[in-house]
Amino acid sequence: MYIIVAGGGKVGHYLTRALIDAGHEVLLLEKDRSRADYLSEDLGEVVTWGDACEVSTMKEVGMERADVVVAVTGDDEDNLVICQMAKRKFHVPRTIARVNNPKNEDIFEMLGIDATVSSTKIIFNLIEQQIETDEVIPLAPLQRGNIEIVEVDLGPKSPVVGKRINQVVLPQDALIISIVRDGHAILPNIDVVFKEGDSVIALVNADQEAQLRAIFAESH
Amino acid sequence: MKVIILGCGRIGSTLARSLVRDGEDVTIIDRTSTAFRRLGPDFKGKMVLGNGIDEEVMLKAGIKDADAFIAVTNGDNTNIMSVQIAKEKFHVPKVIARIYDPIRAYAYRELGLQTICTTVVGARLIKDTLLGKELGAMADYCALNPEDPVI
Repeated sequence: MYIIVAGGGKVGHYLTRALIDAGHEVLLLEKDRSRADYLSEDLGEVVTWGDACEVSTMKEVGMERADVVVAVTGDDEDNLVICQMAKRKFHVPRTIARVNNPKNEDIFEMLGIDATVSSTKIIFNLIEQQIETDEVIPLAPLQRGNIEIVEVDLGPKSPVVGKRINQVVLPQDALIISIVRDGHAILPNIDVVFKEGDSVIALVNADQEAQLRAIFAESH
Repeated sequence: MKVIILGCGRIGSTLARSLVRDGEDVTIIDRTSTAFRRLGPDFKGKMVLGNGIDEEVMLKAGIKDADAFIAVTNGDNTNIMSVQIAKEKFHVPKVIARIYDPIRAYAYRELGLQTICTTVVGARLIKDTLLGKELGAMADYCALNPEDPVI
């Protein structure tokens, strides 16, 4: 894959290194001359000095050939314009933008950016999870965090221990994917009885996570 | 007409004062308070301090019932992003972005945004004046043609 990374800050620098190590064809664009020089000392020829917002630069680096453009500058407006120009003018199939202000995530989606990454939001979520959950551990956010896959570890005082799966009323938009017992995955059929030490893997609408926790977790 | 202007530089402040004189309802946004000095002490419009691509700042400026949103900061990408938010998210009927870079101005005009490239307009005006030509129609100055040598 040919991947163009726009913005050679810390994110762009280490992302480029990781992509090279993974065997991709990568080009890193950095508009600050001395920063570009510094980066090329470490990364070599893949670094190009130039403003990724400029169409002339985009043409020079063969953007029309890129499979992915990743814009990771510190300015949301620059990341947006880079991705939009890549997509609309150079028909790059996939564009990914770093979003510095989490409020811009929706706007980027509205304006046609395929994927956004918000480090602020990721770290915020991690902290929230540490604070809020004892037994419910979010495993993966889906659909921009609207849906989550969570793991619930059943302690001795969990209200569902000893109950059959069909005796437990789940929140409306929640689904048990699997129960992990002694390292084995059990399909959630009606014969399953919850045991202490089970890990329940569930899919849940993010706003129903608290309800799910109330059903499975130990009452305090 | 309720007009929001983003960027209180030379263009923004001149436009704001001119619109206020015409009796329009003007709100101007800038992220530095000293920029508002350009408006003069007796400016009758509203001034909002803040980052123009932040939704809260836009709401504070009254974007929900604005008839027009004009972005004239010195950052092309800020102007492009803010008018897209105004148009797509808040459905402001009339949005205009000033863009220095002719290619970006042309690209976003193709995408349906009203853009004015003051670089092109200025260069053409100066050229015609230099050559002693009779000045043409404004539409000709504002036109963006990919074949044009300036683009």
